[in-house]
Amino acid sequence: MSAPISSDEVRSDQVQPDQVIRAQGLTRRFGDFVAVDALDLAVERGTIYGFLGPNGSGKTTTVRMLIGLLTPSAGSVTVLGHSLPRDAEWLKRRIGYMTQRFSLYEDLSVRENLQFVARIYGLGYRQAKARIRTLLDAYELADMSRRRAGAMSGGQRQRLALAAATMHEPQLLFLDEPTSAVDPQSRRDFWEKLFDLVDAGTTILVSTHYMDEAERCHRLAILERGKKRADGPPQQLMDDMGARVVEIEAPDQRRLRQQLLALPQVVSAAQLGSRLRVLVADDIDDPVAWLRAQPVAVGAGTIEAARPSLEDVFVISTGGAERE
Amino acid sequence: MNPLRRILAILAKELTQLRRDRVTMGMIVMLPLIQLMLFGFAINTDVRHIPAALVDQSNTALSRVLAQAVTATQVVDFTERHATPEQAQHAIVQGRVRAALIIPDDVAKRVARSPSLGLGLGTPRATDEELSRPVAQWLVDGSDTMIASSIKGLRNMPLGELLRKPVNQSTPTFAVALLFNPEQRSAVNIVPGLVAIILTMTMIMFTSAAIVREGERGNMEMLINTPVRPIELMLGKIVPYIFIGLIQALIILGLGHLVFRVPLGGGLLALTSATLLFIGASLSLGLVLSTIAKSQLQAMQMTIFILLPSILLSGFMFPYEGMPRAAQYIAEALPATHFMRAIRAVLLRDALLADIRTDALWLLGFMLAGLIVASLRFKKRLD
Ligand SMILES: Nc1ncnc2c1ncn2[C@@H]1O[C@H](COP(=O)(O)OP(=O)(O)O)[C@@H](O)[C@H]1O
Ligand SMILES: [Mg+2]
Repeated sequence: MSAPISSDEVRSDQVQPDQVIRAQGLTRRFGDFVAVDALDLAVERGTIYGFLGPNGSGKTTTVRMLIGLLTPSAGSVTVLGHSLPRDAEWLKRRIGYMTQRFSLYEDLSVRENLQFVARIYGLGYRQAKARIRTLLDAYELADMSRRRAGAMSGGQRQRLALAAATMHEPQLLFLDEPTSAVDPQSRRDFWEKLFDLVDAGTTILVSTHYMDEAERCHRLAILERGKKRADGPPQQLMDDMGARVVEIEAPDQRRLRQQLLALPQVVSAAQLGSRLRVLVADDIDDPVAWLRAQPVAVGAGTIEAARPSLEDVFVISTGGAERE
Repeated sequence: MNPLRRILAILAKELTQLRRDRVTMGMIVMLPLIQLMLFGFAINTDVRHIPAALVDQSNTALSRVLAQAVTATQVVDFTERHATPEQAQHAIVQGRVRAALIIPDDVAKRVARSPSLGLGLGTPRATDEELSRPVAQWLVDGSDTMIASSIKGLRNMPLGELLRKPVNQSTPTFAVALLFNPEQRSAVNIVPGLVAIILTMTMIMFTSAAIVREGERGNMEMLINTPVRPIELMLGKIVPYIFIGLIQALIILGLGHLVFRVPLGGGLLALTSATLLFIGASLSLGLVLSTIAKSQLQAMQMTIFILLPSILLSGFMFPYEGMPRAAQYIAEALPATHFMRAIRAVLLRDALLADIRTDALWLLGFMLAGLIVASLRFKKRLD
């Protein structure tokens, strides 16, 4: 079950012009510890590509290697047709990077931060002024342009960070867990901005540990302990996950779960409020009927099929942690 | 165009941050003020009014006149009296006094025969014990050499006044003409040196934190992903502090001139060049430390590591010529030593730029080397 569900492989023998990021065998070790393990990636122009994985799965480390901030221990990276880490400086003018931790100056105001970024990217006085006005309007920062960044809320800071990362209109944007310190409404608004950027031709690579965000990506790589466990469009990952979802209502869920997990056909079983979400291997044609026929299910209430979610894909592709 | 723009970006950002940092802003002005007052008033190699004990075993009019004559020199103040030398020694051990004068009961006889009276008895013969005996004895806490030598200076105190008799002055072997600082005030030598010490302290302290701070506050990952080049970053970081260094030098020299009457001789060109070069050298040394330190605390420790030898070996406290060879080599490696020489030459001996060119070139070398090393050490990478 831990084999990668990969819809198409990255091939080394053909360079497609539409691929803005290509990585092969990308590996990073810290001492003996392997943080990123032989990753193959291909990101197409004008799409949002997501990294989904829990904390410590190697998302930040991978992003840093794709930007040229970390040197890979092994493997190769080509970004916008240029090889890294050799052309890292060339790349810096063409990519934007929003770090996981807020990295603008907290003791500077919104406008001062944007002015700094504009100057450091070499924008002229008029050009910078116009661009800053556009960004302040686009990211709803105009009426707080004098506020110190350190005094802003998570959502406001995140909009400021995105405004700064897009100052020089990069073709490629790296966003490392951009919404981790933000409320749900701000998260939805933030994704609207991302789609606006994609419509304008930007390619975005975003890392997240939120399933609902991952679902909005055009394509997704699921990372776990430095390894890529799955790669493809979210819908396809759910369709091809190799299991069906059944939800069971039962009085003693704890015992039922233990008994179900003992069955070889059951990939995982997780408590979801009053119900138990069970993943059954898809070599069983009618999982609802099959479950009803199991002796352990005697006494259970409703048993019905459910729509698969990315969470299910995640559980399956990471090897069903519940089994242990 | 773009490199200049990026340097200005860093510079403007540093200035804004500095303006908002009240503690640092306060230090820029208070540090030179406090140090100047402390060092200017406290350091005095011309020691006076040392507390001393008096043991007068003779208790005659003559012994009282002798004690008064000693007090009149202002070298010592008799703060206590004791009956026996043992008691006086005890007072020295306890630290209440630093010395004790013991006047023996036969002081009158000794004075009468003393050769220092110059009564024409001629040179005392070594065999004639009575003639070669001193008038009285000093017990001195010799652990502080400065105090000991002040009291040693009393050894040949003339006794003529004592008996109201004319003294036949002996002709000195050497005539000494003091070309500079004729009044021999320590502040004249110390204040110019203070410029070197205070600038070493503040300049290295400010910039040694400059790069690590970006890391500690989490700004580094953003900064190294911009097109800024290391040398542009370094220049943008030191330029604001050049002005601050000049302000501090101005405070110290201005007040030194007004309060301690330190002469401001020499050429303005020489003074400005030496000061600017030294500020540049200290700032770029601070930048090098900043690329080595892992935290602001470490940066501070490294600053002290440079500051201590700068105070001790640069010639600020002890003459360079009196130090052992090894210490002199270390001193040459410190920018403060070269600036110390240059600024004293300019201010106190009216030297011109041409006279201090060797030290000026050293400082220029330190500055360029520091900038290059810091830029090379600064990597736009996280590994
Ligand atoms: N500089 C480093 N030195 C040592 N270990 C590191 C370093 N950076 C990251 N790691 C380790 O690599 C793993 C992956 O980290 P990271 O890429 O930050 O994961 P994520 O961003 O998915 O949370 C973690 O176990 C982390 O502790
Ligand atoms: Mg991370």
